[in-house]
Amino acid sequence: MLIRRAPRFTSNDVTDETLYWNRREWIAAAAATLALLPGEGAAAAPAGPPLKAARNEGLSLKEPPTKFDAATTYNNFYEFGVNKDDPARLAHTLRPRPWAVQVDGLVHTPKTFDVDELIRLHPPEERVYALRCVEAWSMVIPWIGFPLGALLRRVEPTGQAKYVEFTTLLDPNQFPAQRRGFFGFSSLDWPYVEGLRLDEAMHPLTLVTVGMYGQVLPNQNGAPLRVVVPWKYGFKSAKSIVRIRLVAEEPKTAWNKAAAQEYGFYSNVNPEVSHPRWSQATERRIGEFRRRPTLMFNGYADQVAHLYAGMNLKALY
Amino acid sequence: MPRRARLALKALVWAACLAPLSWLVYRFATDDLTANPISFVTNTLGDWTLRILLASLTMTPLRIVCGLAWPIALRRLLGLFAFFYVCLHFSVWIVLDFFFDWPRMWEDIVKRPYITLGMLGLLSLLPLALTSTRGWIKRLGARTWTRLHRLAYLAGVLGCLHFLWLAKVGRTDQYWHAATLALLLGVRVVDAGLRFARRRRRAASTVPA
Ligand code: HEM
Repeated sequence: MLIRRAPRFTSNDVTDETLYWNRREWIAAAAATLALLPGEGAAAAPAGPPLKAARNEGLSLKEPPTKFDAATTYNNFYEFGVNKDDPARLAHTLRPRPWAVQVDGLVHTPKTFDVDELIRLHPPEERVYALRCVEAWSMVIPWIGFPLGALLRRVEPTGQAKYVEFTTLLDPNQFPAQRRGFFGFSSLDWPYVEGLRLDEAMHPLTLVTVGMYGQVLPNQNGAPLRVVVPWKYGFKSAKSIVRIRLVAEEPKTAWNKAAAQEYGFYSNVNPEVSHPRWSQATERRIGEFRRRPTLMFNGYADQVAHLYAGMNLKALY
Repeated sequence: MPRRARLALKALVWAACLAPLSWLVYRFATDDLTANPISFVTNTLGDWTLRILLASLTMTPLRIVCGLAWPIALRRLLGLFAFFYVCLHFSVWIVLDFFFDWPRMWEDIVKRPYITLGMLGLLSLLPLALTSTRGWIKRLGARTWTRLHRLAYLAGVLGCLHFLWLAKVGRTDQYWHAATLALLLGVRVVDAGLRFARRRRRAASTVPA
């Protein structure tokens, strides 16, 4: 009980690795004193199974991560419902193990992997990324995963492969909001499909993600396996993936089908291109009071801007 | 209606209308305003502005359809509470969301249709709140006052459009609110039509053959 009450994160977790990796022990030692302090971390979520991975400092933000609590209770995951608290409330309905991921399409060696086999094949590392939601809020998350490029090279894309399509699990028993409501209403056209251009998918920042905050990925964050594409709005990072398919044509993505003028295929974070209904110039970092300016490509311009050289990003939003 | 009963009804309205605000204050005190408190508070206040506004617009249709007189006594109070909530909703936007960043707020008002509509909704409630006193009813005369206060329907329409515009794909509550408003407006339109027809008939029957 004492451990649960301790603050899960302090800025030390980012700056001091030894403290971070001994977090559990350190917290246990400090708990006796900290438990007496009210406030911060009082409602920390129960810890999931640990998943340790060394941090890739070079690709990690030097900012303190968002509180674990916030990152696991304030989610957009429409398979569970449209409200931010639906995913955390209903996440127990998802069964993330055993889990198979089919990787096929325009590849020489299509294969279906078990998620744990994938983790064995590609030892994961930790990367602290900025996450920018299209709704103008943002978080800083220590993800654990491996580059999507490594997996794609394993199945050997053919010369015709131009895009990568991700499909989320379709199962109304595990995802309650995939059932139809009144008048056959459904928030999105299931299953959720997302996509990237092949060069975006091969980019070293694009992460197949299986954990976060030193833990196995919680269900509400897209367990057991999702992608994270940090320079794009959050909805581009498909969750609970069952199929990764290489294709020749631009995939028909879920949000683009629902409202094409609002959610483009590229959806790169861009402070100069407004969403038709709200501005993208600023964002609220969860846990902060004032808005902060949004950065081009979510701050990853140095690494990814070359992918879009010569493209009109206002037209191809 | 006896004076006692009317006071009791009004007390009930006060309690009901202050409940959402108390609930917010309670959640603030217990540090339970979700991971994005500003958005949560803005939305909760917006929701209750619209609900109370729709409640105030239900009073006249209740009289028309059910022949009840007492709802009319609550109309003004409900309207004032709707105004109270929209003022809070607006203040949160100014203070917490934009922190007095006037240029950026102005940009949003002119560029974001949902903000424009919300602003117009607030502005159409303003004269109603200002003229809500007994003194103003006298000054304007009951007829003019009643006519002026039909602006409440405009505020309802603007509030619903604001909500329809801002709600993300996949939500449904905005449609339920708009449908409720359509029903309320429908009752008034049908009622006005029937009264007009009756007046015509009466006028026709008095014309000598
Ligand atoms: C009659 C007047 C108004 C009514 C009835 C109204 C109602 C609403 C409703 C129902 C919501 C949605 C809550 C939800 O998502 O659950 C909302 C959100 C909002 N309203 Fe208003 N509102 C009014 C005026 C205004 C004004 C004057 C402003 C500011 C200039 C404003 C700014 C906002 C903002 C910023 C949001 C949040 C949008 C978002 O999070 O995407 N509203 N309002």
